[in-house]
Amino acid sequence: MDALKRFLDGDVFHSFKRSPIVIVSAVVALTCIVAAAGAGLLAPHNPFDLKTLNLLDAFTPPAWTERGNPVYLLGTDDQGRDVLSAIMYGSRVSLLVGLCAVVLAMFIGVTLGLISGYVGGKVDAFIMRVADVQLSFPSILIALLIDGVARVALPRETHDTAALYVLVLAIAASGWVQYARTVRGSTLVERNKEYVQAARVIGRHPVAIMFSHVLPNVLGPVLVLATLHIGTAIITEATLSFLGVGVPPTQPSLGTLIRIGNDFLFSGEWWITVFPGAWLVIMVLAINLLGDWLRDALNPKLR
Amino acid sequence: MIAFIIQRLLQGVIVMLVVGFIAFSLFNFVGDPVSLMLPPEATQADRESMRTALGLDRPFYVQFANFILNAVQGNFGLSLRLGRPVSALLVERLPATLELAFVAASIALLVGIPLGVYTGLNRNSWLSRVFLTVSLIGVSLPTFLIGIFLILIFAVWLGWLPSFGRGDTTMLGGWSTGFLTTTGLKALILPSITLGLFQLTLIMRLVRSEMLEVLRTDYIKFARARGLTNRAVNFGHALKNTLVPVITITGLQLGAIIAFAIITETVFQWPGMGLLFIQAVQFADIPVMAAYLCLIGLIFVVINLVVDLLYYFVDPRLRVDHSAAGGH
Repeated sequence: MDALKRFLDGDVFHSFKRSPIVIVSAVVALTCIVAAAGAGLLAPHNPFDLKTLNLLDAFTPPAWTERGNPVYLLGTDDQGRDVLSAIMYGSRVSLLVGLCAVVLAMFIGVTLGLISGYVGGKVDAFIMRVADVQLSFPSILIALLIDGVARVALPRETHDTAALYVLVLAIAASGWVQYARTVRGSTLVERNKEYVQAARVIGRHPVAIMFSHVLPNVLGPVLVLATLHIGTAIITEATLSFLGVGVPPTQPSLGTLIRIGNDFLFSGEWWITVFPGAWLVIMVLAINLLGDWLRDALNPKLR
Repeated sequence: MIAFIIQRLLQGVIVMLVVGFIAFSLFNFVGDPVSLMLPPEATQADRESMRTALGLDRPFYVQFANFILNAVQGNFGLSLRLGRPVSALLVERLPATLELAFVAASIALLVGIPLGVYTGLNRNSWLSRVFLTVSLIGVSLPTFLIGIFLILIFAVWLGWLPSFGRGDTTMLGGWSTGFLTTTGLKALILPSITLGLFQLTLIMRLVRSEMLEVLRTDYIKFARARGLTNRAVNFGHALKNTLVPVITITGLQLGAIIAFAIITETVFQWPGMGLLFIQAVQFADIPVMAAYLCLIGLIFVVINLVVDLLYYFVDPRLRVDHSAAGGH
């Protein structure tokens, strides 16, 4: 209770209240998350239950147009699936992959950054050289390569089940460098402070010093970075799925839905692509605005 | 100076060796090349003879050396999907990608720099705010969605521009160009806007923040105090000094443009290297993947090298730092 009161009185919440754009972003992001997490309960149809699909309903335009059907608010796709329900289930996959990838990237990056900054020397030089080289290639290319290699390396039968894990790994591996660099920089500062020296003098193990003493003090910027990374991770996932190397078609994400809809663009069925696309943009925009605000709100220089 | 160049060159060679090693590993450890190349009904004896013919029974480092030797000569073998030499496929597709990247980069620079200067000079005008908000939305839009929306509006609804392919191309001594025909030029418009838009917003934001930074410096204040015209201060003094980081970022972004061309080429079915690569990934066509990887690696290493050297020439402060460090 006390903590809540302190939060409500604090600077961060104060700057939150003052900015209408941030409040709108928070509401939009929350709506997207609720719609995704509760897709099983909230979605008007189950797009994966083949029994409920009716091919006669295929290509129904949105409800407010002339041939629309009020049962399908945003229309249906080529198999008679409700577009709105597919979007809700799809954004669940998108959000899940994005969040898992960010957490994994954060874990890899923070660990390597701590080691690099605390141990120093040759280890540091090696890790940072790898980071430099990776940073000179765009992350989408690295994610594509890892995905492509996994596709060849894994036996064909396991492709669909492994696809989500491979995707998370590919996006995480393409994004860890930012965390490692940030954490290394702050660790270099922290390692010479007195509390670290004290811990060293009383003979604590270096690993213990790194994770229980240094880590809590370098985590602030990492969390801001992670918020901004979620949007990028979701876009990377959507892009890979759009290119046909992401999630399997049996579990479509927003990118897969856009890819499917893209085939019908020329025959005039625009809603199959446009709605998942718009949803993706609005969701990412809201998350990015929140991340931007969080970065500024937590940065004492800008106050 | 020479030491600096040699150091950078060595670094580039090491990166290329690493990239080459990854490509080589793709060939040899990921999937069995013999079973990939032979029909399923091949006998054990067939396999053995193929293994010897491909040199797969030789030690690992000999194979790697052979691979590098072949790669340097541009020999990556046959595409598993198309059955043609990979190098020929890439050379055939290269002009399409480079022309697209060139036009996209030009759009990004020719529009991005003026917009950046404008928003930097007129910080609080409403037009600047509009540009900045639009650019924020542009950053949140994935490339492929921009392409799809452009196709929907300009190709499907308005019917003004073609939505896929390169149009008619003309052969100029082995280089197929779309610059010389009307259909070729029209086909370039949508893909190059799609590809250039992200870079455009990036350059605009960069120029804007650099302008704001430079305008606060003492020498700008001094130039104003000397009574120079606004024009001379803004363009002669301020803009010139913002261009150093712009050169670096543009150079580095050139590589990103070529990589992001994969997405744009998929959306527009543009017959370039990116489309070739994405099809190779989908069909597990390892020789094409390996060759594309090496080529992209080479392009990036060369661009990084050129940017480093340019930086060195443009920014005198770097030279001072280096000679001071070398003087110890």
